[in-house]
Amino acid sequence: MTQLPGLLDTEAIRKDFPILDRQVHDGRKLVYLDNAATSQKPRQVLDALSEYYERYNANVHRGVHVLAEEATALYEGARDKVAEFINAPSRDEVIFTKNASESLNLVANMLGWADEPYRVDHETEIVITEMEHHSNIVPWQLLAQRTGAKLKWFGLTDDGRLDLSNINEVITEKTKIVSFVLVSNILGTVNPVETIIRRAQEVGALVCIDASQAAPHMPLDVQALQADFVAFTGHKMCGPTGIGVLWGRQELLEDLPPFLGGGEMIETVSMHSSTYAPAPHKFEAGTPPIAQAVGLGAAIDYLNAIGMDKVLAHEHALTEYAVKRLGEVPDLRIIGPTTAEDRGAAISFTLGDIHPHDVGQVLDEQGIAVRVGHHCARPVCLRYGIPATTRASFYLYSTPAEIDALVEGLEHVRNFFG
Amino acid sequence: MYQEVILDHYKNPHGRGLRDGDAEVHHVNPTCGDEITLRVKYDGTTIEDVSYEGQGCSISQASASVLNELLVGKDLADARKIQETFLELMQSKGRLEPDDAMEDVLEDAVAFAGVSKYPARVKCALLSWMAWKDATAQALGGAADAERKTA
Repeated sequence: MTQLPGLLDTEAIRKDFPILDRQVHDGRKLVYLDNAATSQKPRQVLDALSEYYERYNANVHRGVHVLAEEATALYEGARDKVAEFINAPSRDEVIFTKNASESLNLVANMLGWADEPYRVDHETEIVITEMEHHSNIVPWQLLAQRTGAKLKWFGLTDDGRLDLSNINEVITEKTKIVSFVLVSNILGTVNPVETIIRRAQEVGALVCIDASQAAPHMPLDVQALQADFVAFTGHKMCGPTGIGVLWGRQELLEDLPPFLGGGEMIETVSMHSSTYAPAPHKFEAGTPPIAQAVGLGAAIDYLNAIGMDKVLAHEHALTEYAVKRLGEVPDLRIIGPTTAEDRGAAISFTLGDIHPHDVGQVLDEQGIAVRVGHHCARPVCLRYGIPATTRASFYLYSTPAEIDALVEGLEHVRNFFG
Repeated sequence: MYQEVILDHYKNPHGRGLRDGDAEVHHVNPTCGDEITLRVKYDGTTIEDVSYEGQGCSISQASASVLNELLVGKDLADARKIQETFLELMQSKGRLEPDDAMEDVLEDAVAFAGVSKYPARVKCALLSWMAWKDATAQALGGAADAERKTA
């Protein structure tokens, strides 16, 4: 078996993930390489979910009975865990949402309804990039259409990186918000946060970072990032679906208006008007995803026990190996950086003129799960003149042997359609 | 799913390329980005030609090739029957075992039976057939409507 420096003890880790033992298509071993879409969940998270429902289930922040108090403590305890995980200065800066898309939509709507100096209107500009997931494009298109603001974006270089050569023309005095992805879900690119933030700060623009593909894979420190908002989702980092996070700087959360109204987000309500609870509750209308937050807390405990720096080193070693092995496959073209430098463990590629849906289907017949299509980042496919890509993405339980299986599988695909 | 017949049509497509036609349509399958531009040419109600150009997966491309092979030279009523039978097969979710009568109607297109088990791929197989139906409606206009009422 291939041994690479920096790898985690995957044999031990994989015992925590029951699904990885599954066989598919008449006894083929599952090779799960679709981690950028969603990660698998360890037994510890599954247990936390069932334990919550079996012992503590109640609505939070209202009842005075034992279960309500315990459920509230668990839910708020999960907020503490998230705050510590991302080095937030205050737990009150952590808002629970249902996913990263909701987090990004929340920011766009806060700014759309805000007063000066935050308000986005027809005299101002919004900046994104061409490598964003649709969830960091469409909310800003909606905001631009509704307010008359101008939407601008950074283009991409041929090797899959942001083209920042015209940064001073893209981010200007008119820019109110710059929203960009930390690690691209389709290209794998890790973006140069500092350069962008420095320019945004020069012109007084707010910065929102989509960390959906970063939070699961590397240490995340919102203070070091110096952004104003950071969004990510739980299900890509060993947690359940239905729970996302928006971190925002405290003074912004105090100043900006709520988006969804309802129970839990208020202070007092009369038939004429209402006053709002302080953040984060101001942004959490209605019964929140309680069990899911508890599950995310358990996922964070799990990741912390392994160590995010070790997860990063593991995936970097795998990415180096994967880039090398994929480079040996004839007619394979990596879409995105072709080395492991400043690159995450999601690798998109095309294989000759074989359509990615055919690649994915034949790999699936061999038990290998990859993602095919435009990965909710269609502008990237348009930029590189391709209809779609096949994407393999790794996580803390992925192994070099699985990369070997992928490469063998791709040889089979080539023979099949050759 | 990938029957030999399908791979044959994918590798050696029938009637590919755009030629003269009475109407042209462009259809896309947004889930995987398959695209087809398709033209139909009629001589009365006889299909003189179905020409096409497109890009996409083997299923969508092979299906267009089979369509060309099956429909060119047929009368509209017969072509409709083939199209409807193919649609029925593709919407069967793998529960329909094609019988001899169906095989007589569908010929090579019966090889797509296995595709109907894969919901994500059914649209690929139907892309050219929906495009043909659309182009025919445009080419024949009122004539096609009259045909439908008497059918």
